[in-house]
Amino acid sequence: MASLSLGRLSLARLSLARLAGQRRGGRGAPLHWTDIAAYAYLALGVLLMFGPVAWLVLSSFKTQSALLEFPPSFLPFAQQEVSVPGQPQPLPLFRVTLPDGSVRELAQVRRIGIMAQMVDPKDPALEFSIPIDKREPVRKVAFAVENYTEPLAQFAFLRFLGNSVFVTVVATLITLLINSMAAYALAIYEFKGKGAAMLAVIGTLMIPITIILVPVYLVVTELGLVNSLWAVILPGAATPTGVFLLRQYMLTLPRDLIEAGRMDKASEWQIYWRIVMPLTLPALSVLAIFSVMWRWNEFLWPLAVLTKTEVYTLQIGLNAFQGELQTQWHYLLAMTVVTLIPVTLVFVFLQRLITTGIGSTGMK
Amino acid sequence: MPSGERIGLRGRVGAALGAVAGALAALPMRLLDGPMQACQRLIGAGRMPYVFLVPNFVVFGLFVFLPIAINIVFSVTGGPALFPSERPYVGAGQYAYLFDCGSYLDPNSCREDHFWRGVANTAKFVLFQVSAMVLFSLVTALVLNMKIRGRGFFRAVYFFPVLLSPVVVALIWKWILQRDGLLNAAITTLGGQKVLFFIDPSWAMFWAVFVSVWAHMGFYTLILLAGLQAIPADLYEAAEMDATPRWRVFRRITLPLLWPNMIVVIVLALIKGVQTFDEVFVLTGGGPGTATLMVVQYIYETAFANQVQNFGLAAAASVVLGLVLFLLTLAQLALARRKES
Repeated sequence: MASLSLGRLSLARLSLARLAGQRRGGRGAPLHWTDIAAYAYLALGVLLMFGPVAWLVLSSFKTQSALLEFPPSFLPFAQQEVSVPGQPQPLPLFRVTLPDGSVRELAQVRRIGIMAQMVDPKDPALEFSIPIDKREPVRKVAFAVENYTEPLAQFAFLRFLGNSVFVTVVATLITLLINSMAAYALAIYEFKGKGAAMLAVIGTLMIPITIILVPVYLVVTELGLVNSLWAVILPGAATPTGVFLLRQYMLTLPRDLIEAGRMDKASEWQIYWRIVMPLTLPALSVLAIFSVMWRWNEFLWPLAVLTKTEVYTLQIGLNAFQGELQTQWHYLLAMTVVTLIPVTLVFVFLQRLITTGIGSTGMK
Repeated sequence: MPSGERIGLRGRVGAALGAVAGALAALPMRLLDGPMQACQRLIGAGRMPYVFLVPNFVVFGLFVFLPIAINIVFSVTGGPALFPSERPYVGAGQYAYLFDCGSYLDPNSCREDHFWRGVANTAKFVLFQVSAMVLFSLVTALVLNMKIRGRGFFRAVYFFPVLLSPVVVALIWKWILQRDGLLNAAITTLGGQKVLFFIDPSWAMFWAVFVSVWAHMGFYTLILLAGLQAIPADLYEAAEMDATPRWRVFRRITLPLLWPNMIVVIVLALIKGVQTFDEVFVLTGGGPGTATLMVVQYIYETAFANQVQNFGLAAAASVVLGLVLFLLTLAQLALARRKES
């Protein structure tokens, strides 16, 4: 015993020394070349990891014509337009170098060959005929919000969004309920067949949907669920990962609490939901976040089982769009941004919880 | 990081939301009180665990165990019917068809050449992807484990793409890599020629690997980072006192002690890599031609997307894939056990 505590003491002293050393070495210590390399690597990492997403978001606010520009501009620019009295439609504005060398802002009425017919917006009576290479569009930063609003009205986009939300919420609730029930049975009780049940859970861990795609499709067909959102919700509801995670957590709960519950004549069901469930909340929230991520991002199985547009989830809808809307990147990009918003919010608020969840389970 | 006394606004909002959610969740639970009590009286408290297991195992049974059995039935029967009893028995016919090859190294010599192309592509993909994944997540974890400022921020940066859906990931990169995209703009600015990345088979495979590493390396970095942080600091202090060069510290201390986590990363990356489908499917569609067609895409298309749906062949292919995954998992378990002892 004594040697043990002595060991602990020296360990504590060592870590104190480390703290002191850290403080001493923190500022004044010369930078090793690996430190500089590390910062360079991290800077590159920020660019490579966030850059593409930032580029997507910026691009999604560009007008269709701005998206066709090459090389692309960094910020979403749009040509400015002015309404000129006597003209039915707003006219595009250009900065024009006149023959006498002066520069004026003119609106283009029409273009004929290499000549552009232009007017001064301030004085519409004044008309000019300008060679097109002498004019340059007046542009300013403008966000094409219509990329977001138009698909909402034109396509079944809201429907896909609703389907995805429904699948994610309902599936997560079912997963939390049935996984925690199974975990409770496997963590608290001793019963015949417990070993076999555990083995079945482990076995299931090794069977991804990719290798039983066809027969699950058959089962779903026989249940009459093809093209129903329940076909997406049910097969993945009993996650072995979830059962494991919750069981491991429940094993750490003090048994006295459960015995106390039994003394108070609580039924087994009441012990489960009044005593064990509230105490398992940290593990339940980790599983809830995982489940939301899995469900929101699920692709292969919905792709196989949902064939009608009205039951598409966001991911399937987006994939269908990218086939159909090859030339309409402006809509596609905006919808991609909408699809990524929920996970980004989850990331911003719950990043620490997720990373510790992965760190402690090694699962995703 | 936890500040015990000061609970921020976020924490209070979270607690309030949690209370509301708890109250809502308690409602159906309370409704089940009566039936469950009756059930317990009927069968006795000792049998209640079975009741708790039932819902989860009904789902397992219907959507995992039963399908495994049906999969095997499918793979030994033929014909276009979906219902097993309407399918004629063909024995090992599907497997024989699948494995009917002049040479396994040359997909062109195979009767089902798409399957073997898928196998070859997946093998190539997994080889490059797993090695790049291990290399980059190791370097990133090492850097993130150094005493640097803003570690939490940088860790979050590398982790962010892990949460994105494969469709979103693929579309982000498709947009950058398209003919008039950002990358080609950069190339032409530097005086180069535009590259049609998805027309050239080698480039398509390169980007499939790149995008998949980009999307998932944050996850593996986390596993390695957890391993690095578990290495006792005393070891490094001792090395520092002896003025051991950093390279030797890395080779003699870090690498050996990180090895168990490295194995987890390698095996997990292998298991996931073999099942690669969605990102590559949305990014390249398996093309150009069949240059990035993966085994899972072959299974999906054979069963669902092709004009003639061939469930038997798809099932046989997925049984083969399942065996490969099973072997990989066994390897993982064996290595994990060796780590324990």
